[in-house]
Amino acid sequence: MSDISANTPGAGPTAGGPNAGGPNAGGKPKVSILGQSARMKARNRTESVFKVLGLTAILFSLAILALMIFTIFRDGTSAFFQTRMSVPVTLSAEVLDPAGNRNRDEMTKQTTMTYNKVINEAFLAALAAKGIKTDDVPAKELTDMISKGAAGELRADVLADPSLIGQTIDIALVAGGRIDGYMKGRVTRASAERDTNVTMGQLDVADRMKEAGMLSTSWNWDFLTNTDSSDTRPETAGVGVAILGSAYMMFLVLIMCVPVGVAASIYLEEFAPKNRWTDLIEVNIANLAAVPSIVYGILGLAIFINVLGGQMGVEALKMSASLVGALVLSLQTLPTIIIATRAAIRAVPPSIRDAALGIGASKMQTVFHHVLPLAMPGILTGTILGLASALGETAPLLLIGMVAFVANYPAAPWDGGFSDPATALPVQVYSWASRSDPAFIERSNGAIIVLLVFLLIMNVTAIILRRRFERRW
Amino acid sequence: MQDSHIVSGFDRDLEGVQAQVMKMGGLVEKALLDAAEALELRDEALANKVRQGDKAIDGLEELIQTECARIIAQRAPAASDLRTVLTVMRLATALERSGDYAKNLAKRSLVLMGVAPVGTATGTVRRMAKLVVQQMSDALDAYIARDVVRAREIRARDQEIDQMYSGLFRQLLTYMLEDPRTITASMHLHFIAKNIERVGDHATGIAEQVIYLVEGELPSDDRPKHDAVSESV
Amino acid sequence: MNDMRIADRTVDANGIRIKASGVQVHYGDSHAIKDVSVDIPDKAVTAFIGPSGCGKSTFLRTLNRMNDTIPICRVQGNILLDGENIYDKRVDPVQLRAKVGMVFQKPNPFPKSIYDNVAYGPRIHGLTRNKAELDGIVESSLRKAALWNEVKDRLHAPGTGLSGGQQQRLCIARAVATSPEVLLMDEPCSALDPIATAQVEELIDELRSNFSVVIVTHSMQQAARVSQKTAFFHLGNLVEFGETSQIFTNPKDPRTESYITGRIG
Repeated sequence: MSDISANTPGAGPTAGGPNAGGPNAGGKPKVSILGQSARMKARNRTESVFKVLGLTAILFSLAILALMIFTIFRDGTSAFFQTRMSVPVTLSAEVLDPAGNRNRDEMTKQTTMTYNKVINEAFLAALAAKGIKTDDVPAKELTDMISKGAAGELRADVLADPSLIGQTIDIALVAGGRIDGYMKGRVTRASAERDTNVTMGQLDVADRMKEAGMLSTSWNWDFLTNTDSSDTRPETAGVGVAILGSAYMMFLVLIMCVPVGVAASIYLEEFAPKNRWTDLIEVNIANLAAVPSIVYGILGLAIFINVLGGQMGVEALKMSASLVGALVLSLQTLPTIIIATRAAIRAVPPSIRDAALGIGASKMQTVFHHVLPLAMPGILTGTILGLASALGETAPLLLIGMVAFVANYPAAPWDGGFSDPATALPVQVYSWASRSDPAFIERSNGAIIVLLVFLLIMNVTAIILRRRFERRW
Repeated sequence: MQDSHIVSGFDRDLEGVQAQVMKMGGLVEKALLDAAEALELRDEALANKVRQGDKAIDGLEELIQTECARIIAQRAPAASDLRTVLTVMRLATALERSGDYAKNLAKRSLVLMGVAPVGTATGTVRRMAKLVVQQMSDALDAYIARDVVRAREIRARDQEIDQMYSGLFRQLLTYMLEDPRTITASMHLHFIAKNIERVGDHATGIAEQVIYLVEGELPSDDRPKHDAVSESV
Repeated sequence: MNDMRIADRTVDANGIRIKASGVQVHYGDSHAIKDVSVDIPDKAVTAFIGPSGCGKSTFLRTLNRMNDTIPICRVQGNILLDGENIYDKRVDPVQLRAKVGMVFQKPNPFPKSIYDNVAYGPRIHGLTRNKAELDGIVESSLRKAALWNEVKDRLHAPGTGLSGGQQQRLCIARAVATSPEVLLMDEPCSALDPIATAQVEELIDELRSNFSVVIVTHSMQQAARVSQKTAFFHLGNLVEFGETSQIFTNPKDPRTESYITGRIG
């Protein structure tokens, strides 16, 4: 024992002590660890270069993202605000309800033309009453400052509440698109000179009205609730139908895709034999997820609308219907959900399956009692991300006619609303962005903000659900 | 079965401890022969040397036992390795006891130097010691060679020593009956002979350990015993 | 010498629980188990030892048909549990696994409460009629697994919050809850520290009075400590099967000798 330790090599004393730097007993030159060798320096250099490159890439993408969000909010926030003119309007019974019985059906005979006249008169009277100088501007130009949608709004209000007739009420009339733009700074006097839709006189009057407190810009709920409107009155256009259409489609996609996708994944992952056929199916699912979305649009148009809806006469499948949109989006989302779900199922440790099988659980019990609950967070995340990409999908919806101008809300789901014409948020963005009036560009950006808020809500939901379902094992 | 362990340190440990046992065996054999010589030739210096030498044997025994304990703790030997370690420990104990007997022989020989010799008994004792040492050395050789055949042979040879002891016992008995003055010397000689006979038993024990080491079981049939003394009145 | 052995270590005529004869297992083209015949005694611990890939785990898994979940695995030969062939067409493997429980290498409690972990087996097999009975089974199983005193105040805490050794004992309790006849353990201590290992080994020794226990282990010391019978597997063959004391002091086959003395891997 003692002789063994005496034979241990390298136990001899080294000459000069540890700091001498001379060769030690083994003859190997002593290298101090206090400095860096040339090779080490080179290795450290490449490492720091790599770190800097990575950081640059991240900062660059963050900058692009910030720029994008900044532009959208700069151009889009104003869509949520609307310039209105406060005008006292006398709703004379002789004009608006000649029959005098406040019967709603008879009152509908008075068209917006009548209301237009009432508003125009009230507006001119209000200008005069405030003492605003208008003699240099023709009356036609003055009344053109009011939005063409204002009369419709007033009429709807009156029809909803006939008791208003006979009273004089303060109404916030929607200002025309150019006046609105002038107030928000989008229209300048320089740009107005080249614009035939607005005159210098109108802008002068607008300035004076503002001084007199008749013109103000305020939060605009109408943007979220109004339907689309014609090219001439961008100021009354809203995303209401698009929001509802998108919501309908998301709901339908959810109830169609999740059961099918999850069932398919469970079968493929847990039950299907591993052979050539399942391999083929697997490859095809991966490929389907990569098919350009417009192809699904063409498929939807051909199969759902032309064959099923047209030749076979299924009533519910019509052009522009949210049901058709949902079917098309489902086709596109299904592979994504299947891939995400399979990944989540595969991530469940096999030891859990062994444990369940080992105490005599059947395959089915193993899957539903143990595997599925553990895979749930992954499945939910995958599903919501799939839905989010479906929410932003435009191309296939264009092909099945969801880009059409839809002026009426679709009915409630229980009244067959799923087959009513509707539009979707991204399509609305697209269609407004392609219109000529710059006021629509503002609306388009506003719609993008709404879409982003939707996506944010879905992602936050995904995170919350994930947290709630996540369990450690 | 391969010869070397995957952990080579284990091999070194086993070889080391077995080398110590062999060294111990050599010392014990030498001590026995020297003590018997000192007895016959009345060599006081040699007897004292044997008495001194026992310390080295005891030291070696302690070293081997510690080393074996360490091997068991660190290497957790199993099967043949376990049997090797166990055998080494038993060998060390047997050799240490034999060493003690040699020392005892030397001590008694010093006493016997002060009294008149009793016939040719010391010569017989020395022959007996030579035979036992031969037995011991054969047993250790069988151990080194893991030779079961030789071990069985050594086991059978034990009766030869037993017979010699019985003969000497009767001889001493006769002396004591004839002349009571020889009783002291005869009693010492008898203890010496008994101790040598016990060393023979240890040698047989070593041979049995060899059989255990190789075959995994101690021989079950009773060892042939021809110790007439334990039966005679 | 046999009559000198301490009685506790011997396996007397308790009878044979599992009788395997001529078992062959193929994984696709590879021949994983070659003609293995072994008799697993009742109320005793049988250890399977051998180098990695020797087939000991594979053979263990044939005993409760866990290999059925692997499509390319084929089993031939007879494995009789109490005289009935477990590979008979009429045997439902799910039902079999309630009688032949299994504990795995890594503690794998379900991410549920301690109570639910143990109650899961009895629930799916419909072993109880009411809550009180279920409570009784949970308590007795946890007691058998020597875990009751440690967890009785937090039965509804998550099972995954226990320490490694406790988790493994929970898994044993879970396996015991379906009152199996045989308990298979696939390296139950390889993920545990020495103290937890000792606790599980102590438990295995206690379980012996009620069950037939079969344990696969990489640690020969463990096999020596807990088992009464030891089987040595090598390259898919059952090389030697015998009393643990004999295997570890005096193996008959040179391959066993080489393996347990650390001469071959």
